[in-house]
Amino acid sequence: MFIGYFTERPYQDRRAEWYQRGEGVLDLELSNEVYDPEIGADLYNRYLDEKIYIETMGFDGVALNSHHSTPFCMGGGAMNLEAAILARITQKLKIVLIGNVLPIWDDPLWLVEELAAIDLISRGRLVSGWVRGTGRESVAHNAQSPYNWERYQEAHDFIIKAWTEPGPFKWEGRHFNYRYVNPWMRPYQKPHPQIWIPGVLSKSTVAWAAARRFPYVMLDSKLDLTARTFDYYREEADRNGFEAGSHHLGYMFKVHVDETEEKAYETGRKFIEGAGNLFLDGSRGVANPFAQNLPGINPRGNWLPTAEFFHVQESRGLAFAPPTAVGQGNVELEAPPTPAEHEARRKAIFDGLLENFSIIVGTPESVLPKIRHVLETVRAGNIIFWDGDGDMTHEDTMRGIRLMGEKVLPAVREMGRELELNSAFEVSPYTNERVA
Amino acid sequence: MATTTTTTAEREVVVSDLSVTLRESGAGEPLLVLHHSTGPLWTSFYDRLAEDFAVVAPDIPGFGTSARPTWARSPRDEAILLHHLLDELGIDGVHLVGLGFGGWIAAEMATMGHHRLKSLVLVGAAGVKPERGDIHDPLLAGYEDYVRKGFSDDRAFEAVFGPEASAALVELWDYSREMTARLNWKPWMYSWELPNLLPGVRTPALVVWGRHDRVIPLECGERYVALLANADLKVVEDAGHLVDLEQADALARLIVEFARPTR
Repeated sequence: MFIGYFTERPYQDRRAEWYQRGEGVLDLELSNEVYDPEIGADLYNRYLDEKIYIETMGFDGVALNSHHSTPFCMGGGAMNLEAAILARITQKLKIVLIGNVLPIWDDPLWLVEELAAIDLISRGRLVSGWVRGTGRESVAHNAQSPYNWERYQEAHDFIIKAWTEPGPFKWEGRHFNYRYVNPWMRPYQKPHPQIWIPGVLSKSTVAWAAARRFPYVMLDSKLDLTARTFDYYREEADRNGFEAGSHHLGYMFKVHVDETEEKAYETGRKFIEGAGNLFLDGSRGVANPFAQNLPGINPRGNWLPTAEFFHVQESRGLAFAPPTAVGQGNVELEAPPTPAEHEARRKAIFDGLLENFSIIVGTPESVLPKIRHVLETVRAGNIIFWDGDGDMTHEDTMRGIRLMGEKVLPAVREMGRELELNSAFEVSPYTNERVA
Repeated sequence: MATTTTTTAEREVVVSDLSVTLRESGAGEPLLVLHHSTGPLWTSFYDRLAEDFAVVAPDIPGFGTSARPTWARSPRDEAILLHHLLDELGIDGVHLVGLGFGGWIAAEMATMGHHRLKSLVLVGAAGVKPERGDIHDPLLAGYEDYVRKGFSDDRAFEAVFGPEASAALVELWDYSREMTARLNWKPWMYSWELPNLLPGVRTPALVVWGRHDRVIPLECGERYVALLANADLKVVEDAGHLVDLEQADALARLIVEFARPTR
């Protein structure tokens, strides 16, 4: 089993009006004039320091992502830089990028070079994931949305060729053209770093990943829908003539461990406070449905079971926010709640998330049966714990990492052995042969 | 909404291996109408034109029920396909009317074959960059909001579509904007090349703009008139970008008077 750690690295400014208000901040409407470079500097360094600690406490890897032009993820435009720094300041961690938004790169040769350099500096610890991005990413980099899927596939094919075949060669594609491809670095890993495909929604991406035997990582998705999506991966594997195992499947879910149940509950609540991901269940922000539903970005009717879930639909613009929520800047709530009403509503939302396993909180002892339930349901060999997010402080995060490392990780590894869950580093996804 | 299909005939014609849907109505000299980026919609405006012309209204390739040219990347590609369509239909001399995005395609058609055109009417046409203002960018707005923006005000939208557009219309607009986004993106709704080619167009041209166009600024109409060799501007009061929907009769009258001066 592979156990990774993830946070979206939210931008936290507890003094700011928008941050305190939280509810009703409309995606893509917040101006960066509120950005405080001192806070940015502190947070980038804090998040890097925390990654060193997760290595100390025994995690196998760190997962990094990138969303652009938004406070909920500081990895937009920075993810590969963070990975490069971690390549140098950590020793053993796998550096899992989930991932680079391929369609928004007009010049993917930069990715060929940057990612190979990260793999070299880390001496072969890079896992390179590709995503198609939400609409915000295409908005931020003005990528022509109807060609999102074409660009994704062509960029991938180009990068793999540049990593694996000797240069110089010429590339004449529909979206990318190079007369001379001969980057003066090759990846440390042969034939190239593992490719993991993260996703939540697109059926065509699952089929594409399975056709290449790439592990597919579901991100914070509902348990039953995740299991059904993995069934679909297995069907596609069958069609492609191989048997998909737990090493082909990844699952990322939110777990916060603390010293007492009360502390775990109160700290866990911070998952859904602050500048948390607007698209996730319990978020206080308002997704901008039309920006998420750019023309042609996703083929109609080609969605995974997760699309049944309203928040995912909304995040992709498939369901519509009330008309008042659109295009009017920050949404006016019907009647401002009193602090007590607000508190009660937030608590009810959080309790709902605990109930359906969207978030797991507790002491090391109490979270284990819940984690076991997740593992038994999804049967993924590559799992990523998501913690330290939302409004959690550095102290909250470090406490969670420590308790995870001391008490949870050893028990979860034992569960993994018992349930015969193998990681993509124990059994090769390409050959199904045991490699470690 | 005032629509009728009783006098129209629909058929499909194959152009460059693509099936193109056509609606035709009326008799007389042929008049080709190119629809907006929001897709084909036969309205009273077309009926009114069909009283004086043989109206040919194609679903521009990739829109409506015409097959999608997946390779097409610009309005110029569409302009060439539509010239091929005229070849296929055996139409030589033709009056050409382009609405909005269809106006851009019409202008491209004129630059590549103005001898074929008896007259050219551009209504709120995209294609040239405004020098002072901006073309409205619908990418960050809903498609229904975009159509609302096409009227001089919300009441005018509701007079045509009711308080809320039907699901079928919203579907049409969503489908159409995908094709529009395949054909233009950077820059949005104008061409750097087209203005350099317009002075060679000697076809008599009428440029029509809604006084309250909130999508493409009136100054673009002024630019068209300045660039075309032989063009006049008519501004329609009480209309926004979608002059054909908001002032159907007035626009049809302008076109008939311009294209059939001797009638």
